[in-house]
Amino acid sequence: MSFGPFLLLAVMESLVTAATLALTAVGLSLVFGTMRVVNVAHGEFFMLGAVLAWFVTTSVGGPEWIGFVAALALAPLGVAAVAALADRLVLKRLNYEPEATIVATIGLLYILQQAALTFYGPEARPVEPPFNFRIQFPWFGYSGYKLFVIFAAIAVLLAVWWGLTRSKAGLIMRATQVDRDTARAFGINVDRVYAGVFALGAALAAIAAVLIVPIQQAHYLMGGEPLLLAFITVIVGGLGSLRGTVIAALVIGLSDGLIAFFYSPTLAKILATLLVALVLVFRPQGLFGAKA
Amino acid sequence: MKVWIAHLAVLAALAVLLAVLPAYHATNLARILTLAVFATGYNLAFGYTGLLSLGHALFFAAGVYGAALPVTYWGLSPLPAIALGCLAGGGMAAMVGLLALRTAGVSFMIVTLMFAQAGYLTLLYFGQITGGDEGLVMPDATALIPGLSPDTARAVIAFALFALALVLSLAVIRSRLGRVMVAMRENEERSRMLGYNPFTVKLTALVLSGLFAGAAGAGYALLFGYAGASFATIQYSILPMLYVLMGGAGTTLGPLLGTAAMFYLVDGAARITTATLLVVGVALVLLILFAPKGILGTLRERGARWIP
Amino acid sequence: MKKDLLVPSRRSVLKGMGAGLAASAFPGYTWAQSAPIKLGFQLHRTGIGAAYGRWYERTAQAALKVVNDAGGIGGRPVEILFEDDATDPKRGAEVVEKLANDGCDLIFGPLFSHVVIGSAPRAGELKIPYLVCSEGYHVASGMLNRWTLQPGITDVRSQVSSMAPWVAANLGKKVTMVYPDYAFGYDHRDFFTEAIKAQGGEVIAQIAIPPTETTFTRYLPQIPAETEVLYHVMVGPAVLTFVKELGDFYGSGARPQIFGFIDSLEAVDTASPGLEFLEGTYFWEAMNRVKQDGQTEAETAYRAAVGVDDTGASVTDAADVSTYSHMFSVWETLHTIKAGMEAAGYQSTADRQKFVEALEAMTTMAEGPGNPQGDKVFNGKTHQVFGHQNISQVTGGKLLRVHRTSIEDGQYADAVDYTTMSF
Repeated sequence: MSFGPFLLLAVMESLVTAATLALTAVGLSLVFGTMRVVNVAHGEFFMLGAVLAWFVTTSVGGPEWIGFVAALALAPLGVAAVAALADRLVLKRLNYEPEATIVATIGLLYILQQAALTFYGPEARPVEPPFNFRIQFPWFGYSGYKLFVIFAAIAVLLAVWWGLTRSKAGLIMRATQVDRDTARAFGINVDRVYAGVFALGAALAAIAAVLIVPIQQAHYLMGGEPLLLAFITVIVGGLGSLRGTVIAALVIGLSDGLIAFFYSPTLAKILATLLVALVLVFRPQGLFGAKA
Repeated sequence: MKVWIAHLAVLAALAVLLAVLPAYHATNLARILTLAVFATGYNLAFGYTGLLSLGHALFFAAGVYGAALPVTYWGLSPLPAIALGCLAGGGMAAMVGLLALRTAGVSFMIVTLMFAQAGYLTLLYFGQITGGDEGLVMPDATALIPGLSPDTARAVIAFALFALALVLSLAVIRSRLGRVMVAMRENEERSRMLGYNPFTVKLTALVLSGLFAGAAGAGYALLFGYAGASFATIQYSILPMLYVLMGGAGTTLGPLLGTAAMFYLVDGAARITTATLLVVGVALVLLILFAPKGILGTLRERGARWIP
Repeated sequence: MKKDLLVPSRRSVLKGMGAGLAASAFPGYTWAQSAPIKLGFQLHRTGIGAAYGRWYERTAQAALKVVNDAGGIGGRPVEILFEDDATDPKRGAEVVEKLANDGCDLIFGPLFSHVVIGSAPRAGELKIPYLVCSEGYHVASGMLNRWTLQPGITDVRSQVSSMAPWVAANLGKKVTMVYPDYAFGYDHRDFFTEAIKAQGGEVIAQIAIPPTETTFTRYLPQIPAETEVLYHVMVGPAVLTFVKELGDFYGSGARPQIFGFIDSLEAVDTASPGLEFLEGTYFWEAMNRVKQDGQTEAETAYRAAVGVDDTGASVTDAADVSTYSHMFSVWETLHTIKAGMEAAGYQSTADRQKFVEALEAMTTMAEGPGNPQGDKVFNGKTHQVFGHQNISQVTGGKLLRVHRTSIEDGQYADAVDYTTMSF
């Protein structure tokens, strides 16, 4: 295949990666930005979203799209509930100490993995896409659902952005982020904000997972990769900067896809990893973060 | 002086245990001691200097391969190979530290993680040499120390490594360097104003930590006969952190205690349930909720202030 | 496996039949007096191998029941101790020690190569027979030791080589290979490239995919347009994605013949959504998961015993698809253990060496209840067994056999003679 069509394919693929990565990373970034919690279990929330999507779509009858819409509504809610519970039972009691929360979320990671393995099983299981529509280019075919994923992710991101900047809840959240003691002094229920943010962050990961699960399958170990990528994205984008996170997701999605064309893929991964590491070394505040 | 006597007593007790325990349990103890060397090194960087690294798997793997490659391809004998592995771990830590220590906090954590990930992929990329994911089989353990049975040789080497690591870490902690390391952890700005260069101090701590990790990796590969890329996965960065946090960060014997506790937790969980991950997960959450300073750290807080 | 959660059971002893029950059912049986034979099973219960491990455990339980119902081994009842190795080489070595310490007569069952290679040195040092069900080329390559054998499944080198004649004769001679960028993939790459060359064909492109990859579309443009046969083998949870994306990529346009290893779809339903495009493509199968016409009596019994229906899924849950082309190795290994122990007059752990020597002396294994996959040739020098392989075509969503290789198709020159090594 010549370079032109390849570029088209690579760009479309990268956009799908970037779209779901942006959702996952924004969730992580919100939690880190507001609560200063490094949530190692974020990838497991992603996995849980995919697994719940499988349960929902297999138990809802009728056309595929009904099951999918139900999963899109229910899976994030379920994951958000688990996250809120984890916040109340564990993180709050740790007073959100950074090191303590890392250990606690590692513990949570194991618990969620075991739960998935026990109740869902070790297999990778597919979920029906809401529609099967393939676009046939002259050089190759492409899944129409993948393009839908891109637009759906953009819509969710816009909604999050609107919620954070225009709604009262967003204002309260940002106030808590800037200074939690002052926020408390102004009568903001910080505990509730934290539980809400943690749940929202997890729900965003779950939405990303529901969108991706018709393309990739639900599997109990699927959380590792998105966790790693989301972390990198958040740091490169600058901690707590939503705009930076989204742009970083684009950059990372594209670079990963394009470097692979020129080098052996494993070598490409090595180079991409080192490249991002060096960006962080020489610009530790990230591409868009203010100097910490 | 009292502190030294206490630590020598612990070492003596370990030596006795290694000698009298049945082979199976002695071998497990040798495993624990070797991994405790790794944890003790991690403790120097994390517990004392406050460097939260997620890249120690790279230093451990540098030790594994620093020893395994010369043994496999040049027939080097095991003891010098362990020394080489130790240096490889330290050298790798120096290279990573020179770059990564320009960052701090979460960025440091991520940068070290990414270097380790690149290292893991590199081991896979050169799979023809390293054995990649499948790994390499090391020469059998009768070659460890000529004339000694494998079990004895394993016990002797594991004990020697751990004894050296413990004594060295105690010496560092009680030296001027050790006090500066703690000062760095507690308040970097203040120690800078007192005339210490934070970069040099942290780099020294990280390299020391890497030497320990390298020695542990080399020892582990040779004592238990296997070198593979799986030793460079993120799991091996998380393990020493868990060992240290469980035993007590910033305590000299915490890493050993934590390593042993985690080993028997995983081992024991398998005897009561198939849901082993659940047991480990719940144990971690309970630990951090009710003993956030780890076993020894919590004891120290609750009044046993003499715990070093 | 819901019921297993927190139930204090797995490690506890599993007997196909309690001694008391046996004694009452068969008056005159004297099991109560003879100590059971204890077999250790290194099980991938958690970790990346869990989907295989689950079926390996079920197959082991089923084989255990059959062996015990038929009088055990040498008249003694048999029990299996299962221990999870987390599909990790470090834990694998610890599990070998633990099972040996628990008094197991031997250890068997691991699949993943890195676990085998990480554990075999410990088994060798502890002088305990270690029978792997791994299909890796690590045994016959000479990398391991006198105590490690693979009597239950043909290795990758042999499987791959035996495919080449049929592929070259029926599908095409210009092959593009897609395989994972690590050792398992390299075995495919090296041995298939060599074997197809011997058939007058050639591999025109080799596309290695890094193990961390979860999406594959961007690798597909590297498939040269003149490719006649696309050879794919992928493992791990992302395999289904690969096959689906391949379908999207070729779509309704022209596509080469597609030949894959069933590893790409083990534990996955071939009728899954998105896999429609597999219709008409070919797969290697060690054992046909879909019941074929003329299924042997032994296989019918095996299928019933392990609880697999005619389509290859669990009889209790149609969504739970078996790892049919691998798990038979556990069944056959247990039966070979029985044959070996009885031939060696095995009494206690002191006879472990005699047991290994008895296995090394084996040459052929006849098709039958103990070897439902088919007859086999065992090479005592390389510790490796060789059997027939199958090529199936997806027809109406089902895998139907179109070719069965001869054992000779997969044989190669010995690379090692373990019998000259000391115990």
